Amino acid sequence: MDDVILEHLCAATGGHAVGATEADAVDSMPARWVAVPVSTEETAAVMRVAADHDLAVVVRGSGTKLTWGARPERVDLVLDTTRMDAVVEHASGDLIVAVGAGRRLDDLQTGIVGSGQWLAVDPTRRGTVGGLIATAATGPTRLLHGPVRDLLIGVTVVRADGVVAHAGGKVVKNVAGYDIGKLLTGSLGTLGVITQAVFRLHPLPEARRWVSVPVTQSDRSRAPFDIHTLVQQVVHSQLVPTAVELDRPASGSVTLCLLLEGFPPGVESRTAQALDLMGVGATAGDNAPGWWGAEPLVGGEVLLKLTHEIAGLAHLLTALDDVCAATGLTAHLRGSVAVGAVTVGLAGAVDADTLARCVAGLRERAPSFGGTVVVLEAPGELKADLDVWGPVGGLQLMHAVKRQFDPERRLAPGRFVGGI
Amino acid sequence: MDARGLAEQLRPLLGDEAIITDRQRLRTYECDGLTHYKVTPALVVLVETTAHVAAVVRACAAAKVPFVARGSGTGLSGGALPHVDGVLIVMSRMREVLEIDRASQRAVVEPGVINVQLTRAALPQGYYYAPDPSSQQVCSIGGNVAENSGGAHCLKYGFTTNHVTGLELVTPGGDVVQIGGKAVDAPGYDLLGAIVGSEGTLGIATQVTVRLTRTPEAVRTLLAAFPHTDQAGAAVSAIIGAGVIPAAIEMMDALAIEAAEAAVHCGYPEGAGAVLIVELDGPTAEVKHQFDQVEVFCRDNGSFEIRIAADDAERSLFWKGRKSAFAAVGRISPDYIVQDGVVPRTALPEVLRRITAISQEAGVRVANVFHAGDGNLHPLVLFDDAVPGESDRAEQVSGAIVDLCIEYGGSITGEHGVGSDKAKYMPRMFSDDDLDTMQLVRCAFDPSSISNPGKIFPTPRLCGEVPGRHKGAHPLADAGLGEVF
Repeated sequence: MDDVILEHLCAATGGHAVGATEADAVDSMPARWVAVPVSTEETAAVMRVAADHDLAVVVRGSGTKLTWGARPERVDLVLDTTRMDAVVEHASGDLIVAVGAGRRLDDLQTGIVGSGQWLAVDPTRRGTVGGLIATAATGPTRLLHGPVRDLLIGVTVVRADGVVAHAGGKVVKNVAGYDIGKLLTGSLGTLGVITQAVFRLHPLPEARRWVSVPVTQSDRSRAPFDIHTLVQQVVHSQLVPTAVELDRPASGSVTLCLLLEGFPPGVESRTAQALDLMGVGATAGDNAPGWWGAEPLVGGEVLLKLTHEIAGLAHLLTALDDVCAATGLTAHLRGSVAVGAVTVGLAGAVDADTLARCVAGLRERAPSFGGTVVVLEAPGELKADLDVWGPVGGLQLMHAVKRQFDPERRLAPGRFVGGI
Repeated sequence: MDARGLAEQLRPLLGDEAIITDRQRLRTYECDGLTHYKVTPALVVLVETTAHVAAVVRACAAAKVPFVARGSGTGLSGGALPHVDGVLIVMSRMREVLEIDRASQRAVVEPGVINVQLTRAALPQGYYYAPDPSSQQVCSIGGNVAENSGGAHCLKYGFTTNHVTGLELVTPGGDVVQIGGKAVDAPGYDLLGAIVGSEGTLGIATQVTVRLTRTPEAVRTLLAAFPHTDQAGAAVSAIIGAGVIPAAIEMMDALAIEAAEAAVHCGYPEGAGAVLIVELDGPTAEVKHQFDQVEVFCRDNGSFEIRIAADDAERSLFWKGRKSAFAAVGRISPDYIVQDGVVPRTALPEVLRRITAISQEAGVRVANVFHAGDGNLHPLVLFDDAVPGESDRAEQVSGAIVDLCIEYGGSITGEHGVGSDKAKYMPRMFSDDDLDTMQLVRCAFDPSSISNPGKIFPTPRLCGEVPGRHKGAHPLADAGLGEVF
């Protein structure tokens, strides 16, 4: 039977299907086959084979975030999108690009930079376009340019039953029909296989300056409020920063850094204003700090994502410090504090029990900062019994959506919220 | 039970005065801003609380009676057109601004709050609500959520969907669900993204949390007159091509200018074949530099007169002509159809020439007003319903313009929504499979299809049991679904 399935997968992909190896395991769940379709049509054919043989399918791009979410209950087939990597259309005058889901982001950016444009997701990385949408993993510039959902204007998706559908289009302003693209954004491959996407692009700024200020932490209990006060000053200014990032290692110097972009004379004068606003010790530079947009995984493997009301930052930092003190873990926080979304790398003696206590502690305190706590990444043995997603509003509606799109739970079963 | 039966059932909860069954009074709700579609609802209820909405919807769900939510009734696609056997739920009494949270840059409002009232409430603290549809003096936030409303400034600031971070939703089953909040990125599917712009087909928003935007340090506005729309279009391309993102770029053609002059005496330059209104905002130094560039681009592309707003009063005058354009067309034509198609910005000059050709061939006048920065056209197709055959010809011209937009890779609607009016055009833009896939979402939220039925989709999908095996769903799913349906 296995041979028959492989034969069908090869027929669907012009021979681009093989038996899986250990390296194809998803979050240490072994897979049986890998299929690498080159087009939407081939993807649809693969999904029909999966439907005929009841195969659980996990979609993979560069595989950089394959361990996000819970471990899938089963993985039969890894659907690799990396052959669908064509730039289908770059209409520079209209500031849009249509691109295959398997295109790497760094390749995409390199290809369009010549026209003075970019897809406003930083920093550049090797993950694919499809992975970008599936994970909604964005960077510092989301403050001004919006998260992935706001950049995506059109999408082609293959449903679990092999039906091909489009939503949105090639123009930014468009309210015809439901916005399926937003529903797919951040869905971790549980609603369909994205094969092509259309994004709005932004002009590359002529000038960029990063303005950083160290925040002294002589009194660690007082520090969260000092950081909050500084962030509030920036947030309510009229400087229109492209990004406002906080880097707060477990110990040592805390840095708040904002990015100013625009035309050279404008950026120059805004930089002066920012230096004034941010006070003693503030400096301006032409390059991003080394940590800009990087995941704060220093000596650890556990990555959390925390969201907060913009004004809830001090409570979040205090909660984090308290929970770390109680569990003996150390936390490195970094992220977009003017948006209200940060990541936390945990290190120290992390075992399943400690991590569970840490996450539970943070969730208990979450109402104080008005946000949520999600475990993005953790070694399999640590998250086996952990609810990585936490409480979810509207979960019943989400289950209903999943049941409509994938009634047989074929797409990454168990990976998403509430066991979806 | 029919809608009249529901009236008696709901009377004790809502009170006599909130239940309208009198034929004459019902007729005042027969249409929204698109007045040539008229349907008298079977029952109108005026709700004041989330509990009211939930009770009405639960009663409708139990009786399988359709319901339609209505805000201020300013929609231009017949999205709030009542259902003849259904209940019209009027949201305009839910009009409290519940919270202005400056520190977190959010506001929490009831859906009946008028768009501009929210901005007025936030302005004293240096903030405003960015989406600004031309009807912002009267349209409601709930209606904006339903239609994903845009406005002149969405070129830079985005649409309603980019500004809503939380909703309280009464589902079509009558459950009250909290989705999102003041924080972004709630875990799970992006239900907000699905609901905003779903035109009332996925439930009723009873509370809305939105982003507030800091007022800009500087705002500068110019009005440039051109001999022809071609030159104005070229100026727009030059501005965008230089990497300038204005807060707004609006264009009007000669006929639209004539109408605006007749109605509001906005004093635009005489003899203009096209005017552009360009507004820049942001940090002062940034705006100054870009504004100088914009002026040069306008001159280089043939503008024969450029006026720069000296103060807020003059800026308002520039905008007055533009924002009153739809109504103003009433001065030069007894009837008109507003289209809302979108084309890629670079195709604008060509599309405008083809619209002119279509208009001349059919002998039907078309006035053009549009958001040039994002290619969103609002051709106003003029006709006199009293003249036999004119309305048919106008309808044909209107349809041909929609086809043009699709031919150039655009959309049938940029901000007015599909509603009752454009459902018939949806198959020109989307395949059956596309529409079927969208309706999977509808089936998830509203399997009985009672929430604003007949809108968006030309052919409703039956939401029966999905064929095939149901593999052991996750226990949470079973528990969840048990409550939803």
